[in-house]
Amino acid sequence: MDNFVSTIQTVPLNHYLILSSIIFTIGVIGVLIRRNAIIIFMSVELMLNAVNLLLTAFSAYSGDAAGQVFVFFIMALAAAEVAVGLAIIVMVYRNTSSVDINILNRLKW
Amino acid sequence: MINLAWLIPVFPLLGFVINGLGRNLLPKFVIGALATLAVAVPFAISLGIFFEFTGPDAIIIPIFDWIKVGTLNIPFSFQIDQLSILMLLIITGIGSLIHLYSMGYMSHDAGFGKFFAYLNLFIFFMLLLVLGSNYIVMFIGWEGVGLCSYLLIGFWYTNGAYADAAKKAFIMNRIGDLGFLIGVFLIVATFGSATFAEIFPQAQNIVSGDANLTLITILLFIGATGKSAQLPLFTWLPDAMAGPTPVSALIHAATMVTAGIYMIARSNILFTLSPVTLSIIAVIGLATAIVAAIIALTQTDIKKVLAYSTVSQLGYMFLGLGVGAYTGAFFHVLTHAFFKALLFLGAGSVIHAMSNEQDMRNMGGLRKKLPITFITMFLGTLAIAGLPPFAGFFSKDEILAHVFEHNKLLWAIGILGAMCTAFYMFRMLFLTFWGSFRGTKEQEHHLHESPFSMTFPLIVLAVLSVVGGFIGVPEVLHGSNWLANYLNPIFEASNAKMEAGALSHSTEYALMAVSVGGVLIAIIYATVRYVSKAHVPALDSEPKSALANLSYNKFYFDEFYNAIIQKPLDILSNFFYKIIDKLGIDGLVNGLGTGSQEASKTFRLLQSGNVGFYIFAMVIGIISVLIYSLF
Repeated sequence: MDNFVSTIQTVPLNHYLILSSIIFTIGVIGVLIRRNAIIIFMSVELMLNAVNLLLTAFSAYSGDAAGQVFVFFIMALAAAEVAVGLAIIVMVYRNTSSVDINILNRLKW
Repeated sequence: MINLAWLIPVFPLLGFVINGLGRNLLPKFVIGALATLAVAVPFAISLGIFFEFTGPDAIIIPIFDWIKVGTLNIPFSFQIDQLSILMLLIITGIGSLIHLYSMGYMSHDAGFGKFFAYLNLFIFFMLLLVLGSNYIVMFIGWEGVGLCSYLLIGFWYTNGAYADAAKKAFIMNRIGDLGFLIGVFLIVATFGSATFAEIFPQAQNIVSGDANLTLITILLFIGATGKSAQLPLFTWLPDAMAGPTPVSALIHAATMVTAGIYMIARSNILFTLSPVTLSIIAVIGLATAIVAAIIALTQTDIKKVLAYSTVSQLGYMFLGLGVGAYTGAFFHVLTHAFFKALLFLGAGSVIHAMSNEQDMRNMGGLRKKLPITFITMFLGTLAIAGLPPFAGFFSKDEILAHVFEHNKLLWAIGILGAMCTAFYMFRMLFLTFWGSFRGTKEQEHHLHESPFSMTFPLIVLAVLSVVGGFIGVPEVLHGSNWLANYLNPIFEASNAKMEAGALSHSTEYALMAVSVGGVLIAIIYATVRYVSKAHVPALDSEPKSALANLSYNKFYFDEFYNAIIQKPLDILSNFFYKIIDKLGIDGLVNGLGTGSQEASKTFRLLQSGNVGFYIFAMVIGIISVLIYSLF
């Protein structure tokens, strides 16, 4: 464990911050500009994992395991979310033969 | 018998419930008999109490504890004393006669059951009013009789004018009731109690002319002006003649309208200690007496004549109260109940025979067709005119003698009013029963004497009108004035505080001679005018002298009230309706409605269904929250 922590600490905290910001931004932009539901889904996962990375980094630097525990919960939750989300996408595809989210505006009203 | 007193109001209430629920199920005879019994049985109990009660102290009959707040305790209890016993006898005695009469009078009416239910309810409330041992119970009765009066005036409510008359009576009464209610509140605030037996002993220690007491008594008197139809609130009573005639006899002549006098007589000590109020009462009473008497001179509707006569006689009672002649005023209540009920019932009998014709210009010569009605009404007229030895003479004389002691000018006007009374009553009698028949052939064909159920009450009341005065024959006429002695415990404290300047016997004889002489002159004048010259009042369309017009149109009281109260109120309500309500309140509510509708129409466009836009909005939102929290 000490070995793992010290390994993480070999990289300065700033780098982690910058990296996760970049990944998170990519995720946000992906969600905003893509219309393919699966890509949007992947972008959401990117955002989640950027946060996970940041949590682990902070956890290691402050010597508190709580952050890493959090990460496990988030991963479990994300897995569940993916199951539901993919199921929805499959249903959308079956009904519309497309995974373009703009088609979903038919659900309005 | 006294321990059965709580039963007295129970019977009419039962009668009301049974007749009210079964008005369409029970046969007419059963309804009428039940209703009459529901008043006759309490009369029997009251008689029993009258003979058993020896006094002098009042007997309190507790029913239940009603209001207990802090130190204030208002029990629901009855008070049996000389005053309430006499009122009980009047209400239940005359009440049962009038119930009996109504069985005949209302026999053709579709609302027979309803009528008797209301009548029983009225008796119930009236009994509560006189039995209550505190002002609050009295107030229940006070309001209840007002309600019944409203219901019975508007009994034929499909006629718009009658329904309006009912509303008028109710509203006019309400004005007075407000005064009464505030007066009672002040009493509770001053004495810490509403119970008669606790207030009056306390009041005796108050200095005469106390400002607070004066205010209380003026407020109570305002209540009395509403209920007992005095100036300025008297205009409802003549309109109240829209109700069936037995109602006019029972409620608007014999009982309810005397509630104000009963209330003042009951609180006599408070009034005795407020000389200012007493003067106001005397002046208002006399003004009412004379104004109403002048109006009655030219009326052509037989019931209207009697109505104004009632207002005028009530004015005399208040005049009596105002000069401290409590016994005299109450004596007049008693005798007036006899002869005015008789006159109204007689008028009802005439109207019944004339197929609902009330205009005296279309009557005449009914003497031979309706002999019993004629004789009884003749006796009633003699009684109200104040000829000895009929009932009205003694009571009116007692009041006028006290007035003379008090103020000579008031007495002179009072005598003038008495002459008017004699004139218009004989005018009514002559127009109705003398001369030749002026109605249609069809009406003449239908003329018939009323059935026994209607003539019997007339006969009983006629006997009472003749002999009723003998309970109060004054000392000067070698009587013992039984009534004054009987009521002495009630008025003792007041009489002690009033310095009684006894008139010499010769003065009293002179007063009687003047009043009887005046009345005789008025009667002779009426005889000359309506019998010898057979004068018949002109039709409405023909021009009259200015004075006659003033009297015929009731001094334009209604028009005056319309102009100064109704018109401004109408304008004000219109203003509130059109500006405040329509523009202000409706504008606000509707504005909120249309505002949110318009806003939703605009914001609805944001919900485009485009997921990308939603996410974009979300991101913008999150970023702005971040920026906000950072800086």
